[in-house]
Amino acid sequence: MPAPEIVASLETRFSATPYALGVEIPAVSLLTAVRALRDAHGYRYYVLGTGTEGATSFEVTHAVRNLLSNDTLFVKVVVPKDAPEIDSIAFVYAGAEWQEREIWDLFGVTFNGHPDLRRILMPDEYPGHPLRKSFAMETPWGYRKAEAPTPEAGS
Amino acid sequence: MGLPQGGGTYARGRIVSGGPIEVVERDFGELALNMGPQHPSTHGVLRLILHLSGETVIKAIPVIGYLHRGVEKLSEHLAYDQLAPIYERDDYLAPTANSNAYVLAVEKLGGIAVPRRAQWLRAFVSEWQRVSSHLVWLGTLGLDLGGALGGGTTLYMYCFREREKILDFLEELTGTRYHTNFNLVGGARYDLDAAMVAKSNALAASVEAALPEFWSMSGGNPIFVERTRNVGVISKDLAMGVGITGPTLRASGIAYDVRTAAPYDAYGELPFTVITRTAGDAESRFQVRMDEIAVSLKLVRTIVEGLPTGPIFTRKPLKNPKATKLPKGEAYAAVESPRGELGFHIVSDGSAKPYRLKINAPSFKNLQIVPHILPGGLVADVVAILGSLDPVLGDVDR
Amino acid sequence: MADPLLPVVGQPSSPAPGTALEDIAEEVVRFPGGGIAMLRSDALFHWAQKSSLWPLTFGLACCAIEMMATFAGRFDLDRFGMILRPTPRQSDVMIIAGTVTIKMAPRIRTLYDQMPHPKWVISMGSCANSGDHYRNVYSVVPGVDHVIPVDIYVAGCPPTPEALMEGIFALQKKIMEGDRAGA
Repeated sequence: MPAPEIVASLETRFSATPYALGVEIPAVSLLTAVRALRDAHGYRYYVLGTGTEGATSFEVTHAVRNLLSNDTLFVKVVVPKDAPEIDSIAFVYAGAEWQEREIWDLFGVTFNGHPDLRRILMPDEYPGHPLRKSFAMETPWGYRKAEAPTPEAGS
Repeated sequence: MGLPQGGGTYARGRIVSGGPIEVVERDFGELALNMGPQHPSTHGVLRLILHLSGETVIKAIPVIGYLHRGVEKLSEHLAYDQLAPIYERDDYLAPTANSNAYVLAVEKLGGIAVPRRAQWLRAFVSEWQRVSSHLVWLGTLGLDLGGALGGGTTLYMYCFREREKILDFLEELTGTRYHTNFNLVGGARYDLDAAMVAKSNALAASVEAALPEFWSMSGGNPIFVERTRNVGVISKDLAMGVGITGPTLRASGIAYDVRTAAPYDAYGELPFTVITRTAGDAESRFQVRMDEIAVSLKLVRTIVEGLPTGPIFTRKPLKNPKATKLPKGEAYAAVESPRGELGFHIVSDGSAKPYRLKINAPSFKNLQIVPHILPGGLVADVVAILGSLDPVLGDVDR
Repeated sequence: MADPLLPVVGQPSSPAPGTALEDIAEEVVRFPGGGIAMLRSDALFHWAQKSSLWPLTFGLACCAIEMMATFAGRFDLDRFGMILRPTPRQSDVMIIAGTVTIKMAPRIRTLYDQMPHPKWVISMGSCANSGDHYRNVYSVVPGVDHVIPVDIYVAGCPPTPEALMEGIFALQKKIMEGDRAGA
């Protein structure tokens, strides 16, 4: 359970709403909130970064931990599906770099300010973002076959 | 023949007749060397693009994804009770750690009670698999540092000899050596009787008797010490910012172990010490893992002494495995695998299948430190550092 | 004092069946100081090839660990003449141990093409045979035979070392008969 006084201070400063695992923060204040967590409140350890797809939005969740008080806080941000972009926190927590690359690779959410945003698990030229609900799991593996040149007329 | 292509400084001597040798030095820039994905020392299908100047590494770029099997997408298509064996293939050196974390997350979200005996049995098998995983790590470290046709194979053969005994024991307990399929949502699948308890104690004594020999072959070998001392030093700040976990984190002085910080299964009632070192180099990571083997061997004896009686599975028999529905919400549960904190974050929409399942993989996080600590070292140090990080690519790519 | 947990090994009495010269040759005459054997050349070459298969270290996933256990002390493939080589230029057989993904498939093809003739392929484990439970996933090639020609399929998840050795013996029999998939 996240520490109540941290949640309360985030509520007042950044209009955060608490939920089961942590707080939900408006997208515009993500970077300042995360910096405050790291510098002022001592949440210096980065745990994980994940994405979820909702009906009309994407949710990007970062989890950070305060090792001294042994408290893990999940920070969730909701972005609309038609403009899926959010600030990158890779310069606040170095561990977010690869996690954000994975969310870009699998969901298609862009991270503004990320030092090296490219695919990490799928091949570089792969079309599509696999973990979206609109992407079928059984998408044919031979994706390169779709790009094979058609025989020219007369040959 | 011509000048060598690629990186490094090249010195050439020219004798000025009767006089001294004039040395002319030229610098030829960087060489980009591709290491992997098929390589005997990269612990799986990891690709490292190394930019070298001579023997010194300037930049290291890991490329992963060669074993991406889409387990998280596959999880959205299968029911909760069907999913536990799938994750055993992720971190394939300690398979029950993955399924243990998964069933803990499901039980947390669904409020499913687990009998005490099942919790202790889960810890028992987890500790035996920790020993087995560390033995593989040590054996492959011997291969990496000593060479496959050099002396390193001795350490590899000895470690695998001990590991075969552990796998025999697991085969007798569960039916298979390896992906044991031990954890169920709500309990465990196999039980221990008095004969198996006696076998486990004898096995623990036998592996413990072999440990001093392994110490002398590795930590007591001056070449090994030369190759691992002050190599790949990870500072505390770097460790916390990147988020590395497990023995790699504890070797940098941060005493965080999920078994004591967020106890699960039987660990709340078991006494043990968290092993730490402060130097943060490859030698400290080696020492932390060696000490962890000794701690685990003591733990398996403590567990069987205090094993509670009772059933190991109390849910009603599952006629339809697809019937278990979890309430709407999110949950996160983590275990301490031999690589570090292995966690499952499950988002449920109230149906019988997960809506979104994210695996917090320790090797994925540990591998992120590679671009930070490889530069400045030699090519030979790359292999020592990768061996001390102990990545498992199934865990990295999922 | 013998370790009670190690298995007890029996005394070997004679060479294993199929490995003596008498099994390969048409006619063998032995006399003090040596002997003469008459045999067909392809029998001789196949006998040599099957007795010194050098595999390429190509572990992809969990099956790699069982392959490493097969090469270790208890099951010991060195006694069959198999030494792991890290480079495809020096190897005869490629044991695909693990799942083949779309990112890895072109590299497998390149490595297979880099191996010199004669070469064989053993597909080890369900993932390499057919993709196992990942066969419908977007990033998995359902079976390595979509990429390279396979000689022997070893079933299991993972196959026990005994099963892998059985597969290697089947490959040796196939070599003696002169059969080969692909070129």
